[in-house]
Amino acid sequence: MSQLKTWRELPVGGVIPGGATPEANKTGSWRSERPIWSEEKCIQCLQCWLHCPDDSILIKEEKVTGIDYEHCKGCGVCAGVCPKDAIEMVPERGE
Amino acid sequence: MKKTMTGHKAVAEAMRQIEPDVVAVYPITPQSEIAEYYAQYVHDGLVHTELVPVESEHSAMSACVGAAAAGARVMTATASQGLALMIEVVYIAASMRLPIVMALANRALSGPINIHCDHSDAYLARDAGAVHIFAESAQEAYDWMIMAQRIAEHEKVRLPVVVNLDGFTLTHSVQVVEPLPDEEVKRFVGEFKPLYPLLDVDNPSTWGPFAMPDYYFELKRAQQAGMEEVPAVFLEVQEEYRKLSGRPYRGFFEAYKLDDAERAIVIMGSTAGTAKVVVDELRKQGEKVGLLKVWLWRPFPREEVVKALSHVDRVAVLDRALSFGNMGALYLDITSAFVHQDRRPGFVNYIYGLGGRDTTVDHIHQVFEELESARPGELRYLGLRE
Repeated sequence: MSQLKTWRELPVGGVIPGGATPEANKTGSWRSERPIWSEEKCIQCLQCWLHCPDDSILIKEEKVTGIDYEHCKGCGVCAGVCPKDAIEMVPERGE
Repeated sequence: MKKTMTGHKAVAEAMRQIEPDVVAVYPITPQSEIAEYYAQYVHDGLVHTELVPVESEHSAMSACVGAAAAGARVMTATASQGLALMIEVVYIAASMRLPIVMALANRALSGPINIHCDHSDAYLARDAGAVHIFAESAQEAYDWMIMAQRIAEHEKVRLPVVVNLDGFTLTHSVQVVEPLPDEEVKRFVGEFKPLYPLLDVDNPSTWGPFAMPDYYFELKRAQQAGMEEVPAVFLEVQEEYRKLSGRPYRGFFEAYKLDDAERAIVIMGSTAGTAKVVVDELRKQGEKVGLLKVWLWRPFPREEVVKALSHVDRVAVLDRALSFGNMGALYLDITSAFVHQDRRPGFVNYIYGLGGRDTTVDHIHQVFEELESARPGELRYLGLRE
């Protein structure tokens, strides 16, 4: 909490100069279910990447490499669209 | 040069001279003619404004917010139900600190449906975070529209400003108005300097972000700080305008024959004119009566009101809207300003003129008469069939 700004330090009107803030903010903390990706079952169809509403499927050289848990909200869309059940939703246990 | 015109025309003339980049507006009685005049100016090529003929007032204020964030100088006008429909976006415009200037042709809120004047629409927007100024005449409406632009856009303020003018009484009646030359108005308002304009694509910015419990409170406090800057800016702009126009704008309110008054009325809007007639009549008979006409309602100039009224014995505060279940909002503003003062007048609250009910010189005479014996703290209704 210590790095939060005081009201005097905020830009007028709550504007964020520079824009594009997702990298600066970890927004995945309130997820109740966590998607677990199985590299073995995955056929790299990229349906999960296409459907993820929060850009949280990590990709490298056009291949899924994992899930960005700092931004994933646990909506489960990726698990729903996966044709091979390669993504499983498991309850978060706070670890 | 003196001209005759309606309040609508006076407001539209000020807008033409200011020539904002964008006007987004939706017609509603008794404001519509402001929009109509302005649309004519755009059509005739007198202004280079982008006129956005939106499908509702909610869209009007939304378009104003978008245009102002993009970096444009923006104006609009509405009344009553139109303000009610746009109100959620007025709060947003204030929180985003966008200097949108709006003429509000005061009209009673439904229901029952009514088209005539009272201040219930302004009272609805009281806590939206916009600056509120009340005009007594078409001339004042013209002048305040021009001054409002400077107050709204001042770097320390950056807030929407609502210029209130009584529906029909001011909007539709023809009065003598002396506009300034176009070039003087243009020089007075100057060029708009936007902050973080969205159209500056080389310097991107995020507007209207979500604010959770960790930041919402700080942003609201910062908004209040903008309001706190208004009084000093208001006086500064007013002084410059007084010199330019030669008209007697001095202070947050007009104190009319108040210096030695024993009884006084506090009022906002056009009925101040009626009250002045009565003050003059009673003064001729040797009665020490006076008037405080409020120009700046939000932020409310608490200390200055105390200074102006503390010597008076009895004060009637006239509210042109009800705060259901309590006293009138202006009465509460004034009495709360006096709460820690040892020397204070006896205050009485009158609700008057709802839904366009006429308030005549006889009514104002009645108020001054009743003030002699009225019980302080009493709530009375002026011109109501009991």
